[in-house]
Amino acid sequence: MLKKKKREGADINGSSMADIAFLLLIFFLVTTTINVDTGIGMVLPPPLDPEQEPPPIRERNLMKILVNSQGLVLMDEEPVSVSEVKDKLIEFISNPENNEELAISPDAAIVSLKTQRETPYSIYIDMLDEVMAAYKDLRDAASRSNYGVPYDALVDDSPQQDQIREMYPKKISIAEPDS
Amino acid sequence: MANFKKKQAGSKQEIPTSAMPDVVFMLLFFFMVTTVLREVTLKVKLDLTQASNIEKIEQKRLVSYIYMGPERLPGNQLGDDKVQIDDAIVDDLGAIRNLMYDKLIEEPRLIVSLRVDQNSEFGLLTDVQKELQQAGTFRINYSTKREAD
Repeated sequence: MLKKKKREGADINGSSMADIAFLLLIFFLVTTTINVDTGIGMVLPPPLDPEQEPPPIRERNLMKILVNSQGLVLMDEEPVSVSEVKDKLIEFISNPENNEELAISPDAAIVSLKTQRETPYSIYIDMLDEVMAAYKDLRDAASRSNYGVPYDALVDDSPQQDQIREMYPKKISIAEPDS
Repeated sequence: MANFKKKQAGSKQEIPTSAMPDVVFMLLFFFMVTTVLREVTLKVKLDLTQASNIEKIEQKRLVSYIYMGPERLPGNQLGDDKVQIDDAIVDDLGAIRNLMYDKLIEEPRLIVSLRVDQNSEFGLLTDVQKELQQAGTFRINYSTKREAD
């Protein structure tokens, strides 16, 4: 019979493991940049077929916003200040008094944004921000009256959110600048 | 003044430190997973504009960046507005179409994040957007900072 050799258990000294781990941890702590990417999301339209005529749009459903390179704004040929844009847009999209001049229904409303080639990017983004703010307010109001919570509080891609989105679809057209 | 007698502990108190490596490793793994090591070296000056109605991009893996801004020249000087994709400046805007199309084939749910300097002109952006339309990358995102209310 073999006699089992009694051996003392070989131990790896683990006391420095914490030091090694700390060193790595500090390296990753320093190199990590937790920058969440934020921005204004948009979906570009597919390229236009040159032979195909653009679909007809009724004049009252289209809100033309023109911004020049100085940041001056025209909405449907009327000069307005940047701070008025949001309220005017909300009125145009929702059209509470069924005005003949404004959009037939929120889902028919189209906002067209046109700037010049020389317009600084920040002015363009400011305008786009106002348009987004108008839609956000409308969606929030609809969500609050239907479900009692703001639009952001709804579960992503839930039927409720889809319904609000269908009520106020963002139809924003970025027009090509005339050169 | 009342005299406080210091209570002496009968035995030596020690905090068990055997679990410390585990804790540290857990933190380490968290930071290893969240770290993005490969940052693009910017060849254009980038000063993002601010907006308040913005959304987060949750899936960073879908994002591909296009940078636009005045080119950085040697000697701290700024040149004309240029477009940078990945690590190189694209001079011929027509090349963007193929570049972005290749990326779209690799990742069909691609989101193109446009990081544009706030003083650059809209004209360049619209040229790039036309190329993106041709490439079929329709989901874009104008990268902005959050505006302080």
